[in-house]
Amino acid sequence: MNPFKRSPLVIAATTLVYFFLYAPIVILVLYSFNASRANVKFEGFITSFSDRVQMDGSFVEASPCGPFHWYCDLSKNNDVIEAAGNTLTIAFTATIVATVIGTMAALALQRYDFKIKPFSQLSLYIPIVIPEIVMGIGILTLFSQSFGWLNQALNLTGDSRLALGIGTVTVSHIAFMVPFVTLVVQARLQGFDKSYEEAAMDLGANEWTTFWRVTFPMILPGVLSGALLAFTLSLDDFVITFFTNGPGSTTLPIYVYGLLRRIITPQVNALSTVWIAIVFIAVLLLQWLQSREAKPSH
Amino acid sequence: MTSEFAVEMRDVVKRFVTPEGHEIAAVDHVTMQIKNGEFFSMLGSSGCGKTTSLRMIAGFEWPSEGEVFIEGRPMGHTPPFQRKVNTVFQSYALFQHMTVYQNVAFGLEMEGADKSEIDKRVKRALEMVQLTGMERRRPRQLSGGQQQRVAVARALVKTPDVLLLDEPLGALDLKLRKEMQLELKALQQQLGITFIYVTHDQEEALTMSDRIAVMSKGRVQQLATPVEIYERPVNKFVADFIGESNFFEGRIKSISKDEAVAHIPALNTELKGLPMSRDFVKGEDVAISVRPEKIRIVENKTKGDGLFMAKVLTSVYIGSDTHVYLDLEGIRLKIMEQNRISRLDPSSFYSKDQVVTLMFMPENTLILKKD
Repeated sequence: MNPFKRSPLVIAATTLVYFFLYAPIVILVLYSFNASRANVKFEGFITSFSDRVQMDGSFVEASPCGPFHWYCDLSKNNDVIEAAGNTLTIAFTATIVATVIGTMAALALQRYDFKIKPFSQLSLYIPIVIPEIVMGIGILTLFSQSFGWLNQALNLTGDSRLALGIGTVTVSHIAFMVPFVTLVVQARLQGFDKSYEEAAMDLGANEWTTFWRVTFPMILPGVLSGALLAFTLSLDDFVITFFTNGPGSTTLPIYVYGLLRRIITPQVNALSTVWIAIVFIAVLLLQWLQSREAKPSH
Repeated sequence: MTSEFAVEMRDVVKRFVTPEGHEIAAVDHVTMQIKNGEFFSMLGSSGCGKTTSLRMIAGFEWPSEGEVFIEGRPMGHTPPFQRKVNTVFQSYALFQHMTVYQNVAFGLEMEGADKSEIDKRVKRALEMVQLTGMERRRPRQLSGGQQQRVAVARALVKTPDVLLLDEPLGALDLKLRKEMQLELKALQQQLGITFIYVTHDQEEALTMSDRIAVMSKGRVQQLATPVEIYERPVNKFVADFIGESNFFEGRIKSISKDEAVAHIPALNTELKGLPMSRDFVKGEDVAISVRPEKIRIVENKTKGDGLFMAKVLTSVYIGSDTHVYLDLEGIRLKIMEQNRISRLDPSSFYSKDQVVTLMFMPENTLILKKD
């Protein structure tokens, strides 16, 4: 029997870990039902659907949605909807591109030997280890410099001028996502026996068919994990997005940050709760997909 | 069939560059001709070049020099998917994301066969390896032996000219392995397809093969039938690698036709009437070998022609046989005796330091080149 199993120290440590991991999330969700405009103190739940709701002891407001007052409030906020749209557009586009590039890089690093291979491998870690703020500044400088030159050289004026926006945010996201995808896929490829590909070719499949019928299905779980990691990184990226966004490309993290500087209403909590729910469902879905693939079917 | 030979390797060399930058020849000027319908084995320890040779026939590697012919056609850089050979891999390499049926059907799909044709042939192939009813299972739901059968069915369903098998039974336990050996051999005889079988297990090679190529250090040491390889090994390596041999150092004293007289200094004796497998010259230093089961312990207590006195070092009872290790004038010998009579009395077995008389017949004694 494991001697540490029932030790009170282990139980205490486990409780603490779970507490610090999940308490903030629980509080965040709880406060999204707060009957207060200022989101610093819990004033109790909004209880009634049709009654006028009392806020902060004195403020009274109509609340047709009852406990979900802040969620209704949120759905009427066009800025939030636009930011959510931007965030998802950027995350989806960047994830697809980065997953393709990252998977190809991982395959190349696994199966070919070339002179600069050690350098290529090492260069994967650089975007991961250097501070995000440094990368953000670097990317911003690159974009503004080259856009300046290009605008001048091509004589672009007005709306056709190259400027920061969804495009630049997407490109920067791809740039920092690729190494993560590559490393995750590489880990998956580590145990990949090349005799599977040889078997496919032996049975008459050319390189292309071999990849799509054998290699890709076998590494798909790795590719999906890489894509999911990249997707979540993109969803909540603040620093790089902060440097590279422009008018009309505000993402949710940038928007929330903007809100915090004015007034923190439980709307922010409602937004975060929805966000957590979406990510949670996405992860569960992926887990389910992967376990279904791994489980033998009768 | 356009050619007498199913597969021919003509002076094939395969060089690899090691990670340290050295160039090594994994296959070093190998020439062999594998006949149609033959069960052919490549036998050797790891690194002898047998797997590399097989991979060159399959098309996974290309020769650095020389040429591989399949059905008389030079293969050059023909990719594996354009060769009429199929492989059973050591690891089986069954596609884990496909069912047994899909695995076996894969090769036929690649040929563009229609659904009913595929269905018919897959069913027949699975029947052949006794896996009917397992169509919808996944590879990981099968036992090692069953996976092995799927791998065989998947390769054979394509009706190749040649089936290549890379240590296909290596992962199975001994009993199952023996069963599969017989099954594979029966399958080969039934189908009449050429099998090229790579193994490091000499017993396996001797059991199954029509001919064996014994390989070492990238070269073919001997290519012959199992009987010839065991009874007339061409050199000391083969005599030592296939089965067991006792060796003496000796020198050719005289030669006549195909018999020779050799002097063995350590025993201070001459052996006459020795058969020879290749040309030697008078005065040449040679190795003289005798198989352990071909030396007999006799009742006669005197020394004489072909009789030697030796001291028992140890005796090991292994059920069907007894292995006796002896000291003969400072040379360590091994003898195998069959336990033909059931007995329990300890005194009937050889004991340490017991002196016995050995006899070996000239026709069981071979003269071999010194390596």
